[in-house]
Amino acid sequence: MAVVREITFAEALNEALDYEMSKDPKVVVMGEDVGRYGGIFGVTKGLIEKYGEERVRDTPIAESGFIGTGVGAAASGLLRPVVELMFIDFLGVAYDQIYNQAAKMRYMFGGKAKIPIVIRTVSGAGASAAAQHSQSLHALFIHVPGLKVVYPSTPYDAKGLLISSIEDDDPVIFIEHKMLYGIKGPVPEDPYSIPLGEADVKKEGKDVTVVATALMVHRALEVANKLEEEGISVEVIDPRTLVPLDEETILNSIKKTGRLVVVDEAYPRCSFATDIAALAVNKAFDNLKAPVKLVTAPATPVPFSPALEKEWMPSTEKIEKAIRDVL
Amino acid sequence: MAEIPKEKLLWMYETMVKIREHEERVAELFAQGKIPGFVHLYIGEEAVATGVMAHLRKEDFITSTHRGHGHFIAKGGNIKASMAELFGKATGICKGKGGSMHIADLDVGELGANGIVGGGIPHAVGAALGIKLNGLDNVAVAFFGDGASNQQNFHEAINLAAIWKLPVVFVCENNLYQISLPYSKQQAIKSVAERAAAYGIPGVSVDGQDVFAVYEVAKEAIERARNGEGPTLIEAKTYRFRGHFEGDPQIYRSKEEVEWWKKNKDPIVLFEKTVLEKGLLTEEELDTIRERVKREIEESIKFAEESPWPKPEEVLEDVFSTPTKGVLVWQW
Ligand SMILES: Cc1ncc(C[n+]2csc(CCOP(=O)(O)OP(=O)(O)O)c2C)c(N)n1
Repeated sequence: MAVVREITFAEALNEALDYEMSKDPKVVVMGEDVGRYGGIFGVTKGLIEKYGEERVRDTPIAESGFIGTGVGAAASGLLRPVVELMFIDFLGVAYDQIYNQAAKMRYMFGGKAKIPIVIRTVSGAGASAAAQHSQSLHALFIHVPGLKVVYPSTPYDAKGLLISSIEDDDPVIFIEHKMLYGIKGPVPEDPYSIPLGEADVKKEGKDVTVVATALMVHRALEVANKLEEEGISVEVIDPRTLVPLDEETILNSIKKTGRLVVVDEAYPRCSFATDIAALAVNKAFDNLKAPVKLVTAPATPVPFSPALEKEWMPSTEKIEKAIRDVL
Repeated sequence: MAEIPKEKLLWMYETMVKIREHEERVAELFAQGKIPGFVHLYIGEEAVATGVMAHLRKEDFITSTHRGHGHFIAKGGNIKASMAELFGKATGICKGKGGSMHIADLDVGELGANGIVGGGIPHAVGAALGIKLNGLDNVAVAFFGDGASNQQNFHEAINLAAIWKLPVVFVCENNLYQISLPYSKQQAIKSVAERAAAYGIPGVSVDGQDVFAVYEVAKEAIERARNGEGPTLIEAKTYRFRGHFEGDPQIYRSKEEVEWWKKNKDPIVLFEKTVLEKGLLTEEELDTIRERVKREIEESIKFAEESPWPKPEEVLEDVFSTPTKGVLVWQW
């Protein structure tokens, strides 16, 4: 069997962009520092050399303007833009173009519009980037009908999901956790796609279901592997796409284990975690043998000091405790 | 204007009269409770949409505003389907899901009216980017108000278009009010066109009640855009004869002011005077057009009234275009 090479999460994304740009001249990349600089996390490296500055566009700092431009370009049917919002925290200055424009156009126009835009953005704490560069705001997208929301955890998923996202005719918010860019994993060189709406069971188990997102998938797996030595069998599910949501995989797992812990780095209320808890209670109540536990960040801004930030983020200790609590 | 072909003159008159007749009937239907929601009428501003759209092809794009019926009509949108949309009927151009503030028709390059002031301006820039990268010679035109020209979207979009030399024309319909706030209290400059200088593009102010004047400046701007010379900002000084929306008590301006504009600056009356005095069109030609338009609008109203309501299950349709395995449209 051929050994699959290992590359980083950032490189996997780069390969997806490269493949899509080589395949379809309508695909263009836009954003701040995506050109010569290659993106501040290196995701767009080398694309401008290959595809030129017409298709790899450095923009001024004008998030509403260039995301809106992407929306118009997509709506016109002439382009399939991949637009980078440097940090998810900057959403506020461009949100209207996403939730009022991109998300609603198709519906408001009676199904006539297709809006094939991908908005790539960077999420998450762990880099001492403090309160305005560390948030996990995916719930703000999940909440709005008309957006697809993708949040991968491994290099393999990142490549396959970005390819699917660019080929999708709907607006997709593609979220990248900044602490994952450097992690390595096996990624086939040939292009492949992972359908949106399919969760991945990252580890099978029979005692507890843990649904976790992005960086938290790795923490949950760490805990699951540790508990396995004690004979506690934890199933770890990575939904990978938050909209559409693979309810079926999550519910089947809950039916099997009877116990649910949700780990998500976002603020706790009206969040992805509460959403999955509500799903379990609504559709698998009879299977639950214990109350659902949520492990999330607290409802405070993200602190700067590494000592405080570590406390702020859902830790392996907290995940372990939650799992033990439901057993 | 002798050089404007007669066909075009006839089209201009028909378009302005069609917008006027449409809006007057919509005002009545709204007052009768037949049209739900808000309606923002374009009466008095017909020359702007008409003078600009006279140079556009079907493949060219426009983006519009909450006051979008006139743009839609001038761009060649289907009037029956738009009237049905105002009623909220299933046969509406947006299947009853958009309404007055979201009248759109991608089939004629109308990328949408917009309920968010300034929201559509970058969309025209995006369409222009698509035109440029596909090597086409089409253009995109963004329509917006004086109020919208204070929004970030205006400034960011115009700057992008300028640095990227995109084939887009920005048309500010300065009707002197942002709901109740007069132009003089919105910005410290005399004309919105002055803002062009800040972005290194040409800016021109024109009498928006004079369709020939609008036609001339739009011609130049659209030619520039088609020739790859980049964007232009046009300010058309105009006036809305009715309130901001239907039901507006208009306590912010005097009756005398409104009457003065109606009496002296009605774009349709000015057009008629000019073409008749110069012998470019005849009374009979104008009468024929007016009658035809009246019939067409009446037919559209009949169509809208007789059309069925959308079915309840349609509420869940048209959110996404690409189906997937997981749950997309959530209902508990
Ligand atoms: C972002 C936003 N702010 C406020 C409103 C409410 N609003 C609707 S129309 C309007 C005035 C717009 O004025 P202008 O751009 O001059 O256009 P006009 O109505 O004069 O044609 C306002 C404030 C809105 N729809 N969107």
